[in-house]
Amino acid sequence: MALSEASLESRVVIVGAGHAGGSAAAFLRQYGHTGPIVLIGEEPLLPYQRPPLSKAWLKGEADAESLALKPDAWYAEAGVSLRLQAVAVEINRGARTVILASGETVSYDFLILATGARARELPIPGADLAGVLALRTAADAEALKGALGPGKRLAVVGGGYVGLEAAASARALGAEATIIERESRVLARVACETLSHFFQDYHGARGVNFVLNANVEAFEGADGHVTGVRMKGGEVIACDAVLVGVGAYPNVELAQDAGLECSGGIVVDLEARTSDPRVFAVGDVTHRPLPTYERQFRLESVPNALEQAKQAAAAIVGRAPPPHEIPWFWSDQYDLKLQIAGLPFDADAQVVRGDVAAAKFAVFHLKGDLIQAVEAVNAPPEFMAGKQLIAKRTPVSLEKLADPTISMKEVAA
Amino acid sequence: MAKITYIEFDGTEHAIDVKPGLTVMEGAVKNNVPGIDADCGGACACATCHVYVDQAWLDKTGDKSAMEESMLDFAENVEPNSRLSCQIKVSDALDGLVVRLPESQH
Repeated sequence: MALSEASLESRVVIVGAGHAGGSAAAFLRQYGHTGPIVLIGEEPLLPYQRPPLSKAWLKGEADAESLALKPDAWYAEAGVSLRLQAVAVEINRGARTVILASGETVSYDFLILATGARARELPIPGADLAGVLALRTAADAEALKGALGPGKRLAVVGGGYVGLEAAASARALGAEATIIERESRVLARVACETLSHFFQDYHGARGVNFVLNANVEAFEGADGHVTGVRMKGGEVIACDAVLVGVGAYPNVELAQDAGLECSGGIVVDLEARTSDPRVFAVGDVTHRPLPTYERQFRLESVPNALEQAKQAAAAIVGRAPPPHEIPWFWSDQYDLKLQIAGLPFDADAQVVRGDVAAAKFAVFHLKGDLIQAVEAVNAPPEFMAGKQLIAKRTPVSLEKLADPTISMKEVAA
Repeated sequence: MAKITYIEFDGTEHAIDVKPGLTVMEGAVKNNVPGIDADCGGACACATCHVYVDQAWLDKTGDKSAMEESMLDFAENVEPNSRLSCQIKVSDALDGLVVRLPESQH
C-alpha cells in the first residue's frame, strides 16, 4: 500500500548516509516511526561525525568508534536497512522508486535526499598528483593524517575553516604548515576582518606561514607525487602534501535529473520538503529558508543537518515541527573556541566587545539595534546570549553591548 | 560497564549500559535516547546536552569547568544540579547514575 499522508508505517528511503541522513533515520525511530527505512550511502562507513576529522581525529584524539553516530548494532536493532558503498543513480518519482547502480530498485512512500556536498577541486595542472588532498570524508582524513608528522611540510590552498583547522592540527603534530589564500585575508567569505586578522596572527605566532593574494598556477611533482605549489610569477612553495580547501558544491544532480527544483542547492521549505511533497532534502545539499533573515540560503553545518533531519522526520510521521533555530557554527583551533551564531545579512554596524589581544572577545553584527550575528572567541556568554537575542529579535543598546563591564545578562535585559 | 538511567521529561526511563571512557552524552546519543541533541558532538560549544544530575550523584560527577559553567549560565531552565552531559566522563564509579532531561534543549 502506498501512503501519501503522514504516517508511522510509511516506507522511507534515505539517500546519503552522512550526518543528516543518519540522523533522519534516528529521529524517525525516536518519533515512533515503525515502517521500513532504507539508508543508502556511497562511503563504506556507517554515518559518522565529520567535524572532528580536521581536529581531534587528525590529532589522534578520536577513533572510528567515537566518530560513529550510532554503534554498528543499532541499525539492525532499529530495523534500518543499509546499502553501503551503493550509488543511487536515478529517482523515478512517478513510480516512487530509487534505482541503484547495482540495478536494485528501492520503493518509497517518502524519500529523503541527504546527498551532501563535495569538495571543490582546482582545475589546474598537477591536481591529480598523489599527495594533493581534500578533506571531506574519513578516507580523506586518513590520507591527510598519513602526510603529517614531525618535519613534514603541508601546503594548504584556501584559508577557510577546514584549512585553518588542518593547519592547527598539523602544527600540533610537528609538521610545517603554509596557508595559501587567494584573497587578502583568511576566512574572507565567512568572517569579519577583525576575526580574520586575529586568526592569522594567532596561527602566525604558532608557526603557520601565510601567502595571501596568491594566484596558484599549478602543483609541481616528481615521480607522480606533489613536491610544491607554483604561483603565477614562478614562486614555488615546496611541500610534501597539499590540502585543497576551497569550498564545496552541493550534490544536486540526482534531484535535478528528477526534475526537483534546484537553485544553489535543492530548494526546500521549513518542513525540509522539496517541490515534490513526497520528497524531502536535508543537510548541506539544501537551499533552505531562513525566516529570521527573510531569505533562502545554503548552510554547511551539523546543527543545520540535525534541524532539517528533525523537520523531515516530524513531517513524515505527522508530528508538530521542531522549533526554528538560528544557524550556528563552531571551530576549535589550538586553545581557541570560536562560536558563531546567526549570519551578518544586512548588517550596518559592528561592535567589538572584550579584548582581542587577550583572545577573549566577540564581534557583534547589527542591523540598527538588532543583532544579526555574533562571532565569539573564547566568549561563551556572548555567544549564548547573542544567539538568544538574535532569535527573539530583541533590540539592544550598542553602548551597553560594547562595554564588557556590563554583563550579557544585563545587555539582554 | 556502568548502568546509567536517563529519564525523559515525560517520565520515560532508559536504563543503558555505558562503556567507561565515553561521556554521559555519548551514552545517550549512541543509544538513540530522545532529548539529548548534542549538536556539537561534545565540544562544549552548544549546551544541547543539558541534564539534571540526581542529587545523590552530584559529588561523584565532579566539578564544572569554567567553560561549562558559562555555557550553562545561559541555557534554559537551569537548576543547581544542571550539567552538560558531554562533560561527564563515565567510569565504574558512576554505575547506577540517574540523570533527568529538561523539557527542551533550546
